[in-house]
Amino acid sequence: MAGHAHHDAHGHGADHGHGGHGDAPSHGSRREYVIGFLLSVVLTAIPFALVMTNAFADTRITAAIVTLCAVVQIVVHMIYFLHMNTKSENGWTLMALIFTVILVVIVLAGSLWVMYHMNVNMMPQMSGDMSAM
Amino acid sequence: MSSSVQVPAGASERAYHLAEEHEHEAGSSTMLGFWLYLMSDCLIFAMLFASYGVYSGSTAGGPDAKELFDLPLVALNTAMLLFSSITYGFAMIAAEEGKKAATLRWLAITGVFGLCFLGIEMYEFSHLIHEGAGPQRSAFLSAFFTLVGTHGLHVTFGIVWLTTLMVQVAKHGLGAANMRRLMCLSLFWHFLDVVWIGVFTFVYLLGVL
Amino acid sequence: MSETLTKLIFGRLTIESFPIHEPIIVMTFIAVAIGGAAVLAALTYFKLWGYLWKEWFTTVDHKRIGIMYMILGIVMLLRGFADAVMMRGQQAMAFGQNEGFLNAHHYDQVFTAHGVIMIFFVAMPLVTGLMNYIVPLQIGARDVSFPFLNNFSFWMTASGVVIVMASLFVGEFARTGWLAFAPLSGLDYSPDVGVDYYIWALQLAGVGTLLSGVNLIATIVKMRAPGMGLMKMPIFTWSALVTNILIVAAFPVLTAVLAMLSLDRYVGTNFFTNTLGGNPMMYVNMIWIWGHPEVYILILPAFGVFSEIVSTFSGKRLFGYTSMVYALLVITILSYLVWLHHFFTMGSGASVNSFFGITTMIISIPTGAKIFNWLFTMYRGRIRYELPMLWAIAFMLTFTIGGMTGVLLAVPPADFVLHNSLFLVAHFHNVIIGGVVFGMFAGINYWFPKAFGFKLDKKWGLVSFWCWFVGFWVAFTPLYVLGLMGITRRLRHFDDPSLQIWFIIAAVGAAIIAVGIAAFLVQIAVSIMNRDKLRDFTGDPWGGRSLEWATSSPPPDYNFAFTPVVHDMDAWYDMKEHKYARPTEGFTAIHMPSNTWAGIVLAGISTVFGLAMVWYIWWLAALSFVAVIGVAIYHTFNYNRDFHIPVEEVIETERQRTADLQAAGV
Repeated sequence: MAGHAHHDAHGHGADHGHGGHGDAPSHGSRREYVIGFLLSVVLTAIPFALVMTNAFADTRITAAIVTLCAVVQIVVHMIYFLHMNTKSENGWTLMALIFTVILVVIVLAGSLWVMYHMNVNMMPQMSGDMSAM
Repeated sequence: MSSSVQVPAGASERAYHLAEEHEHEAGSSTMLGFWLYLMSDCLIFAMLFASYGVYSGSTAGGPDAKELFDLPLVALNTAMLLFSSITYGFAMIAAEEGKKAATLRWLAITGVFGLCFLGIEMYEFSHLIHEGAGPQRSAFLSAFFTLVGTHGLHVTFGIVWLTTLMVQVAKHGLGAANMRRLMCLSLFWHFLDVVWIGVFTFVYLLGVL
Repeated sequence: MSETLTKLIFGRLTIESFPIHEPIIVMTFIAVAIGGAAVLAALTYFKLWGYLWKEWFTTVDHKRIGIMYMILGIVMLLRGFADAVMMRGQQAMAFGQNEGFLNAHHYDQVFTAHGVIMIFFVAMPLVTGLMNYIVPLQIGARDVSFPFLNNFSFWMTASGVVIVMASLFVGEFARTGWLAFAPLSGLDYSPDVGVDYYIWALQLAGVGTLLSGVNLIATIVKMRAPGMGLMKMPIFTWSALVTNILIVAAFPVLTAVLAMLSLDRYVGTNFFTNTLGGNPMMYVNMIWIWGHPEVYILILPAFGVFSEIVSTFSGKRLFGYTSMVYALLVITILSYLVWLHHFFTMGSGASVNSFFGITTMIISIPTGAKIFNWLFTMYRGRIRYELPMLWAIAFMLTFTIGGMTGVLLAVPPADFVLHNSLFLVAHFHNVIIGGVVFGMFAGINYWFPKAFGFKLDKKWGLVSFWCWFVGFWVAFTPLYVLGLMGITRRLRHFDDPSLQIWFIIAAVGAAIIAVGIAAFLVQIAVSIMNRDKLRDFTGDPWGGRSLEWATSSPPPDYNFAFTPVVHDMDAWYDMKEHKYARPTEGFTAIHMPSNTWAGIVLAGISTVFGLAMVWYIWWLAALSFVAVIGVAIYHTFNYNRDFHIPVEEVIETERQRTADLQAAGV
């Protein structure tokens, strides 16, 4: 490919303009898919079991474990199914993902925070019992 | 000032253009572009999750999550989607090995799992609506149906795409263009599974807790 | 025909939907119809349809698409400005007994349409058009990453325009203000088609905006010329990158919230209703999560334009390039942390309001840093007061004051006084006109010679510039005063006669701006007539510094015969310094994307879908929806999407360029 002939003309290494040349998108092997699948099964089974059997009297513990499992499973999917790594597209995909995660956290947490405070301030008689609305 | 001029001496040695045609591989940006689209889709779901979060208590005297959700059904649905994820993975592996028939077979299996998922979801929806817990009943149910329904719409679209792609693979084989398309759909399909993790955790499991 | 059948075929579209009782609209319609017929007749008479279709409508050339975006934006500027003039006229007249010339129903549509059009169909197309044209040239690329998507994006934007324009003559537009706040925009209070027009215009145009955002990010990331590291990218390209990141991250939010609003209106859900648990403030919350990044989407490209212009016309390298880049990145994140300052008065309480007040004040810091960088670039520079530079200087004066009134509004207690007042209206016009509009005029004057091969007439340009600059201040200073006196926005009629003088002054300002717009159109006409005198053969009329000036004006289809290699941030300046000789032989055939009909066809069917949804014509909506999917799938079966420009053609084009350069004595 002609593109490789000029690689010496590139600027500094880390963020040169043409990382895209020739680096094929990474694919998983059969092994990776199976590992990912098995981990996902476990990480799905645990939260379902905990909730369906009411394993803990304190639901906050259940909620914490369930959330943790979800976060771990998302990471598992990212690595084993979506093949995220720091190298694909020169790190741009990972960067886009991190940026998106930051924004998701901002809009989710922000909306809940903002709307909760509004409800508390503007409809104090209803706070805590939104079902009366 | 950041970028200082590095080589002031020997200016004549500097090349200012490429003598050879500088070919950008066809579709070399496709993966990145599609990934960016998925990130934007992710933000659509973020807003739907946010509204579900805000409205989760706004049942307006109607049924709440605890009364409505049927966890075994959700578990079955989750299994369908998870199976379809690994079968898509096998389709990709077959495609990379250049096995057209195996690719098509795995794609078809993926599609069937996807259809099962949709069938179960439609059963759940119709059941809820039948019980008087339709999207018009309360803001909580509006948010629930919209979030889960949007995910379902994505799966529907994915199946339409999958079918189209199967025809294209059957017709044109596993050339570079089709491999790119398979790869994009792979990202899309696995992305939907990731979104579903959020759905079953935050909507169903934490909902009934 | 029975009523049910009529309903089935035409939905809620009836004879009464045509506003024949509104003389203003009928007159407008007649004028548009005659004008439109004349244009169509001329196109047919001069047999231009084939040319337009082949060379423009189906083109995938980023330069032509960029020009089409700019034309769309300028045409819509006239529409949006007509609305502005009507508002200013109404408010200057309607005191006491005088009811003015607009009834409430019409006036409410006018201010809504003004806002929607100016943001979505003037500012966005102008910004997108400029980025489309300039970015690939600045990074030494042949085209964008996804040329077909680029064409499709443009036509989806145009589709939104068609729907907004249709609302003028069939039915009505929203009467809700430009963000269509719920519950006013809900079915209970706006049962008519206005809000549906609004929703579908924005949804369709939003698809185009999002895809063009994805496209330009991929282009900037993947297609830069060899040697152009991130920190050697021209600053306009940097601002385009950041802008498009904001687009991709913000527009989905708008899509989602408008989808929820349409579910409320079409399906009967209860997101934003007053009943059954709905919460209208959630709409306000979500739409501003999009809305605040949106203002940065508009202003950042303008910042990029000014950076290029100030550096070029001061004859100096941009001061503080690195800090400019970091300022852009900081703004990217911070623009997602300030949205609540648009509704401090919602009642989230002191903790929430303080947080958002503080983040808002913080975001002014990187912006201020950029102003200082421009000033330091000018400092001890050899400044040439050409038209683009004049716009840049007017921007710095105007925008700084607009920014400072913004910081005033960022203080929550002050905002409780000024919220929804004319002070706010003055503030955001101060930053949008002073920033975005001045930026676009600066950009047009700066890059016009690149796009068309001749400069714009300076005399008429000066008239336009001074009228805009002076007109802006005459029009909006009174609004600051009125706002401080407590006058709220969007009022149609006033009782207190002592206020009238301020509104009259504002109307005079609008009239001066009108002269500025007219002078701009004259400037273009005069320049086209005198194009031989204004011709630039060098391709570098201003002594530019970035790569777009390295090629001819207008650039050939393939932009650069040989891909340039970059060694410095000011790549073209560096080439000139090192006496780089343009190659005159060794050309090869060039690989290019082919034109496609799919973009305009898909967007056309989408328009039909949008209109059918507005009017509840379900069969047509279903049909056009299936058709869009079908055509899109059909299009994916086309695997031959490129061709080669034969080497003879390249040689001939480049020979012409050599001759031009010799004639120009370069």
